[in-house]
Amino acid sequence: MPASETPMQRERAKTIYEKSKPGRRAAVLPDAGVPERPLEDLIPANLLRSEPPRLPEIAEPEIVRHYNRLSRRNFDLDSGFYPLGSCTMKHNPRLNERVAALPGHARLHPAQDPQRAQGALELMWLLQQSLGEICGLPHVSLQPSAGSHGELAGLLLTRAYHADRGEQRTKVLAPDTSHGTNPASVTMAGYEVVKVATNERGGVEMDDLRAKVTDEIACLMLTNPNTLGLFDENIAEIAALIHEVGGTLYYDGANLNAVMGQSRPGDMGFDIVHLNLHKSFSQPHGGGGPGAGPIAVSDRIEPYLPRPQVVRRESDNGGGPSFDLEFDRPKSIGRLRGFQGNFGVFVRSYAYILSLGADGLAEASETAVLNANYLKARLAEGRAGERLPIAFERHCMHEFVLSGKPMKKELGLATLDLAKRLLDYGFHPPTVYFPLLVDEALMVEPTETETKESLDAFADAIEQILTEAESDPEIAKQAPYTTPVRRLDEVRATRRPVVRQPLGD
Amino acid sequence: MTRYTSATPDDRAEMLEAIGVESAADLFEQIPEPLRLGRPLAIPDGLSETEVFDRLAALAARNADAEKQVCFVGAGMYDHYVPAIVDAITSRSEFLTPYTPYQPEISQGGLQVMFEFQTAMSELTGLPVSNAGLYEGPSSVASAGYLAMGATKRRRFVVSRGVHPHSRETLATYSQGYRAEIVEVGLEGGLTDAAALAAAVDGETAAVILQSPNFLGAVEDVEALGAAAKEHGALLVVATDPMTLGILKPPGECGADIALGEGQPLGNRLDFGGPSFGFFCATEEQIRRMPGRIAGETEDIDGRRGFVLALQTREQHIRREKATNNICTAQALNALGAMVHLAWLGRHGFRELGELLAQRTAYARERLAAVDGVELLHEAPVVREFAVRLEAPVAAVLDRCAEGGIAAGYPLGHEYPEHENGLLVAITERRSREQIDELAEVLGTAIAEISSSRGSFSTKDVQKEPQAGGVA
Repeated sequence: MPASETPMQRERAKTIYEKSKPGRRAAVLPDAGVPERPLEDLIPANLLRSEPPRLPEIAEPEIVRHYNRLSRRNFDLDSGFYPLGSCTMKHNPRLNERVAALPGHARLHPAQDPQRAQGALELMWLLQQSLGEICGLPHVSLQPSAGSHGELAGLLLTRAYHADRGEQRTKVLAPDTSHGTNPASVTMAGYEVVKVATNERGGVEMDDLRAKVTDEIACLMLTNPNTLGLFDENIAEIAALIHEVGGTLYYDGANLNAVMGQSRPGDMGFDIVHLNLHKSFSQPHGGGGPGAGPIAVSDRIEPYLPRPQVVRRESDNGGGPSFDLEFDRPKSIGRLRGFQGNFGVFVRSYAYILSLGADGLAEASETAVLNANYLKARLAEGRAGERLPIAFERHCMHEFVLSGKPMKKELGLATLDLAKRLLDYGFHPPTVYFPLLVDEALMVEPTETETKESLDAFADAIEQILTEAESDPEIAKQAPYTTPVRRLDEVRATRRPVVRQPLGD
Repeated sequence: MTRYTSATPDDRAEMLEAIGVESAADLFEQIPEPLRLGRPLAIPDGLSETEVFDRLAALAARNADAEKQVCFVGAGMYDHYVPAIVDAITSRSEFLTPYTPYQPEISQGGLQVMFEFQTAMSELTGLPVSNAGLYEGPSSVASAGYLAMGATKRRRFVVSRGVHPHSRETLATYSQGYRAEIVEVGLEGGLTDAAALAAAVDGETAAVILQSPNFLGAVEDVEALGAAAKEHGALLVVATDPMTLGILKPPGECGADIALGEGQPLGNRLDFGGPSFGFFCATEEQIRRMPGRIAGETEDIDGRRGFVLALQTREQHIRREKATNNICTAQALNALGAMVHLAWLGRHGFRELGELLAQRTAYARERLAAVDGVELLHEAPVVREFAVRLEAPVAAVLDRCAEGGIAAGYPLGHEYPEHENGLLVAITERRSREQIDELAEVLGTAIAEISSSRGSFSTKDVQKEPQAGGVA
């Protein structure tokens, strides 16, 4: 064991179950206040539990201390730069948390009669309108719970659309740069994935695409700008090719932060778009959820949207409009989940849209693109420029991809080593080893809410790491040193998984 | 309106110079000109913080939330008290603002929470393996169907009509994609028809899907019903309400291969339906087919205990089209809320809460059954929710109750046409005896008034005998 442990490293991980002691407790419950009967008189004994689950026994002060201490073992966006590519780690406004917590939102039951939930339905309708305008596609369903859920929804809509025209199509095209959720959603939706190659400019390889476009193609899934952070200039031609054979065009909106108020997927020819409200629209990521993945679609896809759909009805008697949940949608693919979706996320994202407005959204995207190109330019200088070249040399949109191939060859440092060393410098590393077609990839997305000073500090840190590696590559290879734990054995966690705490009586 | 950005005109000028372009607009030239929007979005310009707050507060004020109406509505989401420490901990930046823990060295807090949560859900359900959470309840049922197809190489689900209608509908939606057939088995006396279930299960059945307590609140004999699944090699999937597992025999002890459900009752607010989380537990045998994130224990290079995302080779970011599921989200913050709530309740508090729900529900059931114009829809045992039949149109009754400040329950007629005037009534620890008494009174008055205005009279003009509330 190294002698120079940091205080946090000295504090070994102890779970809340290991802090439990019989006889301790936090909760005091109200008295039942009704005549009580033996439980066996209410529920047959053979359906009852013999022993309570072994939850921890611990008093409130120690619960608070336990989770506060645990929280310090996390790096978070509020503490530092988090340039995780394709994740859009932008600031999470606290105003949004406040309005989401208003009792009228937070304590509203999802089965409340629509006439007594008019504020919530109007908010959803307004959000639908805003997202539809941002995407250039008029019909929006807020129901999908996340981006991957939106993808599945889009593919099921595609299936319903073709089935309604009496067609059975089997294949879905996706570029080799696509997010992993794209092919996974394709399989779940009962389609087969056909991969499309990438050209030397980082866009779709048109010859490969032409060769693969047949009348068996149900859909093309595309991210634009793609995961290389590049806008595909051939998008109009791509859309025309797919539409000629009757397929649908699906837009993975994970990268929408590059184009809000600048360019719209609907105008590019897409039929179906999902938006990640936890990316472009500032819902906090929560350590891996919650998010929301609404979809916006064209007229021809609208009849198949999930149900229920939030609708506005004009008054018959000269009063104001009212809002309702429409269930009577005979061609709908049906529900994707319970109730109406992640409403708490809708409140935050609508607050964000109200705060920025049309001008602010366009400015956010512009600044995101400016920040990305500036950081790209900074990293094209000095050692980074030599050891970590840009994968595709052109202006990027909101993110860019570097290749650590020369760094690995010349210094013996893998992209993973650089990422781990960045932890010691107080930065969250970029996305690593994605997209797959770039060797030793580093995918960097700074977002619009970062200062020039943060971008400079990050570029300086990379330069320093590369400098120190020239004299001693072992420093980075053994990194990190200062984090609560050092490199972890991930193979063991998969070969011999321990996924819960063993507990005695 | 510029918001949350920092670039000053000087910053911009320096940055543009470093990039080597004249203006930011030059960077957008990679978008072909006809595809550039060239006009402002048709969305109003940005507002100040106070204006945004007022706008949203005005919308919120138009909702009849559980502070304005006493809430007896359940149907999968419940008005439980969320302890103050849940808000305090889930609002910490360190939990609120990070991404999925792809860099475990700086994510030990979140990963350990997942591990503790998995342990808690495993304890609740009596199954050894839990994931770190899925989107929510009904889509978890659809994910269980997908797992069962992979495990059995079969394509048919036998599903009880007692399973939440949203779950059944979501399963049907997903089945259009993964192409599975669904056979529904009806209810008798509030419980799954055991004979019909046994007859429906065969060698082509991938999974038998039950819910207990079921949608009508009735506690099913899962073990007895599950025998048909075991006999034919189908997986037994049990959806459940986590708040009942302090007192009910856990699904794992009843032969379930998968236990799952809506997690909202644990430490999550109503939020008009989300975000919440789904929990998903299974036998060891299914560990490599599980959907979603799973945290696992390991060690660092110096031998310190630590946690990582385990079994990632199941997942979409590694396996792409061969992944066991497309999900990428764990609802980590919602699962943290659940974990803190469960730690706060503790081993004994959790059981006591289950007992409290059962006692108050028994009282409420008996109290309502004694009201003129109200009958029990079934007499099967219940824990925290029960169904009644009203002798007046349920929509009109609910309107009257709402005027009296009470959200009296969930109307069943839309999803169970056979129970046109059925009402599902839910109890939480927030619903006091006085509120239950008030519900009985308001409900009785509403039914009486509607019946008399319709010129009909209750069939029960004789004072009813008190009925036993759910005694089996």
